[in-house]
Amino acid sequence: MADEMHAADHSIDIRKHVRTYIAVFVALLALTLITVSVSYLHLSIVPAVIVALFIAVVKGSLVGSYFMHLISERKLIYAVLLLTAIFFAALMFLPLEHMSDNLSR
Amino acid sequence: MEIPYTIQARPDTGLFNAKLGIWLFLASEVMLFGALFSTYILLRTGAETWPRGWEELNIPLATLNTAILITSSVTMVMSWASLMMKDFKKYRRYMASTILLAFGFLVVKGFEYGHKFELGHFPSTSNFFAIYFTLTGLHGLHVIGGIVVNSYLLGPGSKMWATQPGRFTNRVEIAGLYWHFVDLVWIFLFPSLYLL
Repeated sequence: MADEMHAADHSIDIRKHVRTYIAVFVALLALTLITVSVSYLHLSIVPAVIVALFIAVVKGSLVGSYFMHLISERKLIYAVLLLTAIFFAALMFLPLEHMSDNLSR
Repeated sequence: MEIPYTIQARPDTGLFNAKLGIWLFLASEVMLFGALFSTYILLRTGAETWPRGWEELNIPLATLNTAILITSSVTMVMSWASLMMKDFKKYRRYMASTILLAFGFLVVKGFEYGHKFELGHFPSTSNFFAIYFTLTGLHGLHVIGGIVVNSYLLGPGSKMWATQPGRFTNRVEIAGLYWHFVDLVWIFLFPSLYLL
């Protein structure tokens, strides 16, 4: 069966992937501990947001790249995600617009 | 009639159909959660005062839940990897672990909600608790959705492995993409609500 051959071709690659998954798992747990530890320092809001979001972006990138295989995906998926990122950025920009309104008042 | 491109990639997209389908669905999910995150930022920046997460919420419990969800993401990807290596027994073990961990997440969340209710904290209490319950509640519904899909793939749906292993492996991959997204949302929810 064609799909079985396809799967067999990948079995050696997959074993390598499994090692990567474990490494990513350890990294995600470590980053969680770091972000929680930093929160106990009770930093003021701006540095706290910068550190927390930076760590969350790193963790999110690890999940997306390795668990969701975005590191080696087809172009069409990247195109879909680029479009999503643009619209998502627009959503995040809306509150900023409101903040500048407050400042100009 | 046979459904086309369940295993082989479609020549024009380079993907089997469900792969493109799940990514389009996840794109819509990004917008759904994005709208709520945007609302959260708007409410918080517009508020006179806003509590820091640690003043109102239980960080150790949420940290435990983060670890549970990350672990479930690993067991999910391992269940797919097991199928790729033709090890159905291992697949079942990893998939069952994923489902158990998801239930574990909900139990911890249940304790957290229960404690909030005991203290008289409801969505109507303040904008902080409104956005907390909305975001974590919607995320919790996604966890339940994942449990339903994964339970099907562990139970009756797994019969497909005997007849169409390639198609079944792809189904598990698609369910995995959804599950990792649920993990991804929590990775951002956790610091936004609890740690800031």
